[in-house]
Amino acid sequence: MAEFVSLSQGIEAVLSDGCSVAMEGFTHLIPHAAGHETIRQGKRRLTLIRMTPDLIYDQLIGTGCAEKLIFSWGGNPGVGSLHRFRDAVENGWPHRLEIEEHSHAAMANAYEAGAANLPFAVFRGYKGVDLPSVNPQIRSVTCPYTGEVLATVPAIRPDAAIIHALKADREGNVLLEGIVGVQKEAVLAAKRSLVTVEEIVDDFGPRNANAVILPSWAVTTIAHVPGGAYPSYAHGYYKRANDFYIAWDKIARERETFLAWIKENVLEKGPDAFARHAQPQREAA
Amino acid sequence: MTATPTEMMTIAAARLLTNQDVCFVGIGAPSAACNLARLTHAPKITLIYESGTLSTRPSVLPLSIGDGELCDTALTTVAVPEMFRYWLQGGRITIGFLGGAQIDRFANLNTTVVGPYDAPKVRLPGGGGAPEIASSCGEIFITLKQSRRAMVDKIDFFTSFGHGEGGDHRARLGIATKGPTLMVTDLAVWRTDPVTHEFTVVLLHPGVTREMVQAECGWTVRFADEVGETPPPTELELTTLRDLNARTKAAHSGTNTGDAA
Repeated sequence: MAEFVSLSQGIEAVLSDGCSVAMEGFTHLIPHAAGHETIRQGKRRLTLIRMTPDLIYDQLIGTGCAEKLIFSWGGNPGVGSLHRFRDAVENGWPHRLEIEEHSHAAMANAYEAGAANLPFAVFRGYKGVDLPSVNPQIRSVTCPYTGEVLATVPAIRPDAAIIHALKADREGNVLLEGIVGVQKEAVLAAKRSLVTVEEIVDDFGPRNANAVILPSWAVTTIAHVPGGAYPSYAHGYYKRANDFYIAWDKIARERETFLAWIKENVLEKGPDAFARHAQPQREAA
Repeated sequence: MTATPTEMMTIAAARLLTNQDVCFVGIGAPSAACNLARLTHAPKITLIYESGTLSTRPSVLPLSIGDGELCDTALTTVAVPEMFRYWLQGGRITIGFLGGAQIDRFANLNTTVVGPYDAPKVRLPGGGGAPEIASSCGEIFITLKQSRRAMVDKIDFFTSFGHGEGGDHRARLGIATKGPTLMVTDLAVWRTDPVTHEFTVVLLHPGVTREMVQAECGWTVRFADEVGETPPPTELELTTLRDLNARTKAAHSGTNTGDAA
């Protein structure tokens, strides 16, 4: 059964120096508060796994938490570069970052394979492109029925998965709605998990029979962190802060402004700082 | 009203789309063109974003491929693995709409690195969905602003495969889809030649000369035997696009100056 913990206890429980972690959320429900707590706890040598590294990994890379990045698209969506990611790859600041690069289709398939307890994922892809020549993990298999050569990548099996969800009930079941990304797959593929949630309710109430629910016995820890996805968003609670994504470009462009922002907004703050972003815009679905 | 080159590009790209199309939409210029088509001549076009939103009808252009607006206005939203497996790999998308940082004359695209992969001069975001969009969609449309930096003789990295070295290169790799067939820039409309698969200019936008197209292209441009002129934007097209851009700008700007958390 999932254990209810504080955010700091949750990060301590699922992360240790040198482990691999997938903090997932496809634009929606990105676990930013958990990323900040990881920085505050000074975790080191992490292998960060995520389809779209986004601002959360820009911050973890820029503060030196990451040793390796496994990813498929490393930009600030609709804005431009992730400058801390670029500085690490182009200039080795704050230290060298090893990268393992895939396509979205490969990573989505690899999470599914991990959740399904398979050793690798098979799909039709990577034809004619250069990624297989720089990523030796991309290989192929010949279909035993048709003879077609298909691409393969290893299953993603992180030590830990960290996601943000809308609700947990008192028994520790977790509900996600809206753009659900690969979070269910990431949690089921991982050895242990932390889910931060907008609210804890007595009962989910009326819901669609096909709602995305992670049962309590499939989750390790849950922390109540209202607003914990900001500047990403929580469907029915608060919108994506597109203005902050635009502002991040300037903040992260220079090392000094980045470090000053981290000091003021991460190191000198706690999880409760996210609560002010959790103002409901309409009744949650 | 006179259109800017970027507006002309978006309008000319929108005109390529029809009510029958099921379109996988990239962010930026493709998203603007697809939604302009939906708001003018192709109200029944099916737009799909890789965040899992099927048949979405946003009233403002999303900043990211996963803005809440896309989910709120979608027919349904599926998980990302399902999007790539059932819908894209499943062969249910007719048109993929892509942009890119670098392109060559055979429509191969680079959004990964400028310079060597292991020591890049510029590290770009990478492929995301593009490698499989380029091979799994029925055909590919491309839109980008012309410059010698973007349109190059040789791209630094094959992020997504267009027509490789030209000719039947796609077929030789066992790729059954058509690949890139059309490109709209801020100066012209280009088609890939049915045999060589090299880009060929078929329409020049109003006021644009062959010399202007060549000046912003890093390879020697081929022109069709008969080059036409893109019809100028109608008032409806231009007004709809400007309204869409104004709504989008208002929606994405706010009072937040960077004090997160």
